[in-house]
Amino acid sequence: MKNLWKNTLTLIAKRSNSIQVLSSLLAIVFGLLFGLIVMLIVNPADAFPGFFTILTGPFQAGMRSFGNMFYRATPIIFTGLSVAFAFRTGLFNIGATGQFTIGAFIAVYIGVHWGFLGPFHWAVAIFFALVGGGLWGALPGLLKAFRNVHEVVSSIMLNYVAMYLMILLVRRTVFFGDHARSLAIQDSAELPKWFLGSIFPGSSINIGIFIAILFVAVIHIVLNKTTFGYELQSVGFNKDAAKYAGMNEKRNIVLSMLIAGAIAGAGGATFFLVGGRYLHVNAVLMPQGFTGIAVALLGLSAPIGVLLAGIFYGFLELGGLFLQGFDFTSEIIDIIIAVIIYFSALSLFLQKFVASYIKKVTETDIEISEGADIK
Amino acid sequence: MDYVIEMIDITKEFPGIKANDCVNFKLKKQEIHALLGENGAGKSTLMSVLFGLYQADEGHIRVNGNDVHIRNPNDANDLNIGMVHQHFKLVHNFTVTENIILGSEDTKYGLLTYKEAREKIKELSERYKLRVNPDAKIEDISVGQQQRVEILKMLYRQAEILIFDEPTASLTPQEIEELMKILKGLTKEGKSIVLITHKLNEIREVADRCTILRKGKSISTVEVKGTTNEELAEMMVGRKVVFELEKTKAKPKETVLQVSNLTIKEKEGNKEVVRNVNFKARRGEILCIAGIEGNGQTELIYGLVGMLPIKEGSILLNDKELSTLSIRKRSLSGVSHIPEDRQRHGLVLDFTLENNLILQNYFTSKYHHRGFLKFDTIRDNAEKMIDRFDIRSSRGPVSLARSMSGGNQQKLILGREIDRNNDLLIAVQPTRGLDVGAIEFIHQQLIDQRDQGKAVLLVSLELDEVMNLSDRILVMYEGELVGELDPSKIDEKELGLYMAGSKRGEVS
Repeated sequence: MKNLWKNTLTLIAKRSNSIQVLSSLLAIVFGLLFGLIVMLIVNPADAFPGFFTILTGPFQAGMRSFGNMFYRATPIIFTGLSVAFAFRTGLFNIGATGQFTIGAFIAVYIGVHWGFLGPFHWAVAIFFALVGGGLWGALPGLLKAFRNVHEVVSSIMLNYVAMYLMILLVRRTVFFGDHARSLAIQDSAELPKWFLGSIFPGSSINIGIFIAILFVAVIHIVLNKTTFGYELQSVGFNKDAAKYAGMNEKRNIVLSMLIAGAIAGAGGATFFLVGGRYLHVNAVLMPQGFTGIAVALLGLSAPIGVLLAGIFYGFLELGGLFLQGFDFTSEIIDIIIAVIIYFSALSLFLQKFVASYIKKVTETDIEISEGADIK
Repeated sequence: MDYVIEMIDITKEFPGIKANDCVNFKLKKQEIHALLGENGAGKSTLMSVLFGLYQADEGHIRVNGNDVHIRNPNDANDLNIGMVHQHFKLVHNFTVTENIILGSEDTKYGLLTYKEAREKIKELSERYKLRVNPDAKIEDISVGQQQRVEILKMLYRQAEILIFDEPTASLTPQEIEELMKILKGLTKEGKSIVLITHKLNEIREVADRCTILRKGKSISTVEVKGTTNEELAEMMVGRKVVFELEKTKAKPKETVLQVSNLTIKEKEGNKEVVRNVNFKARRGEILCIAGIEGNGQTELIYGLVGMLPIKEGSILLNDKELSTLSIRKRSLSGVSHIPEDRQRHGLVLDFTLENNLILQNYFTSKYHHRGFLKFDTIRDNAEKMIDRFDIRSSRGPVSLARSMSGGNQQKLILGREIDRNNDLLIAVQPTRGLDVGAIEFIHQQLIDQRDQGKAVLLVSLELDEVMNLSDRILVMYEGELVGELDPSKIDEKELGLYMAGSKRGEVS
């Protein structure tokens, strides 16, 4: 048994990214444990059954829950991918929320008004949401490239601009005054379910999850297999070296933010092109962009990692819903996620911890890198 | 025998490396004791243990015969141990006095007793002949004077044992001479000195004894008088060392690079850091731009390669005007560039070795097909280059650049730039911080490039390198070229006069 453990660890030590993956898993474990402690303090009697519910959420109601898990994960995968992509290219896109909002409005607008598109309705809506989100994301990119305005500052402020702009435009163009929300989109604009409806009966799942997976695959390929990705990552890891090698740093910054914004914008479209979902005219920032930051961190800024982390997020969120059957509020889930983020942010520390443990057991040295490398 | 410091069986391990392995070091009162070794031999680690920056894993330290535990620099201060670091730790917009009292300020009613401190500093600086104006701001005084401030800082704290970490690295020959006098003066006043260095001449000049470290182990402690330089070098490197480079006389041919009236402003601000510079670099010669750090060499090269805009002037490469082109176009026109800061500019540290090798030509059709990288070609290239330039790493092509030693990082860059087969090879401080073996290799490669008819433009701060490697020397002082010298006709002293700005000549 001990030998088996040692061999497993040796194997792990030989894979270059495994330490980072382990540290992410460790962050999740710590987050869950912390959540359990909070639950024990708040309501000791229900803590363990409640915790069990969090861990087993989707398993409780069969395929329907699984469908809902994917459904909830979809927008987060988009925003997470947006943040992760920017991050890999050296930019911190804290404006995914704004890009998501712009995408959402454009999709809803087209969904309400452009019924003439027929079977292409939803696809065109996503396309224009993607374009809109991209242009919105390019703004902080342009400011950074040509005016040296830090993208964190400009994109976070643009979140508010996007929110108020959305409210204004909803009121002007697609407003349903009785309920202070947008009008319902036409049926043809709703994302189809295809065969998913029969696999996950009764769930809200739609093909948005496939679109998300498609985006993950494309971004993975762009980042890891192309000269464009090589260039973007060079700029991201070391912009001085990129400049030395004659890369056009300004162009890369703008393109990078444009793509990041486009991903988030498409996410906004997939979230709102669903029957029964409306844009509300409250002055509240949409949370998906910020959750995306957490998911990007947890997913180690790798597209595949974001996909997994996003699904995990959907899982937790669903667990939180079931948790309300006990005497808990679903905010426990937010606390758990927050702690996971904290530990993800400490990932370098956790990596060192994991590396030194593995070294102790296997006597193998491990390289720790601050970022993932091109495969 | 009376020792002021005894370090016995010191072992200090960092992840993956034993920086000190059972090292023994004993310092006598009033001696100058040199600590000799290559980069990475463990000299600085040993002294950092003594100064309390690191804790030894094993071994113990005695000061004046008593066992001590030095947990931090404050403990070291209390034991009257002081250290001048290679990179000075001074606040640039503070005065000399403020810098010296920083951290051990005397106060009266909660207020600084600045005047008393100033008097004390004046008195110290006269007693030890460390001339420096106590009211001058650090940014206004020379590097040599800044070093004196560092020394005064130790003396102000009543240090008896003074550690100097590579003190001559950024000084002119004249300043070095001055420093040597100061060191001797300090021992006469009863101080004991540890001199960390890898320069044999300095040891010969001032040191009484010398302890040689190699790969973390103490090899030997010898009397300097009874040992030759060759013996010292052999102990340091572990094999016989070639002191003279094997180099035939240069046969310069046609001009490759012609720079005329080049003026460059500093990055932020209006100061002209390169003023009206004119020179030619020819095929088949190594042209060296010598000078003390910060006299415009960095900016001159940045201007040539396009990393800094130029204000005026022209840069002709094989009769093609470069000054209006982008960095990429200049590079493609035939400029190879080994940058000054290899980790900041030369490498993407989080990329693998093989990906770093294509940094300058990943966009050529050799390495991509319709935008998709050709991983096989990249791997083949890496294997070829590893072989040709003896680039060593833990995992071959897929090693992270970050995990490689400085010498191998530099070989990677050197190989990448040489392999591009350009007419002009710019090498800025190509051997900074490297060990003797890597230095020899890089020098040989540069000479080979010259012999193959390339124009090699070398920028160096190391006098030995300037004198041994170059065929022609241009001296840069405060942004101007102040002399064109033939290394076979001058000595280091004269070169130093030009570098310090006290002599000027004509530049053709």
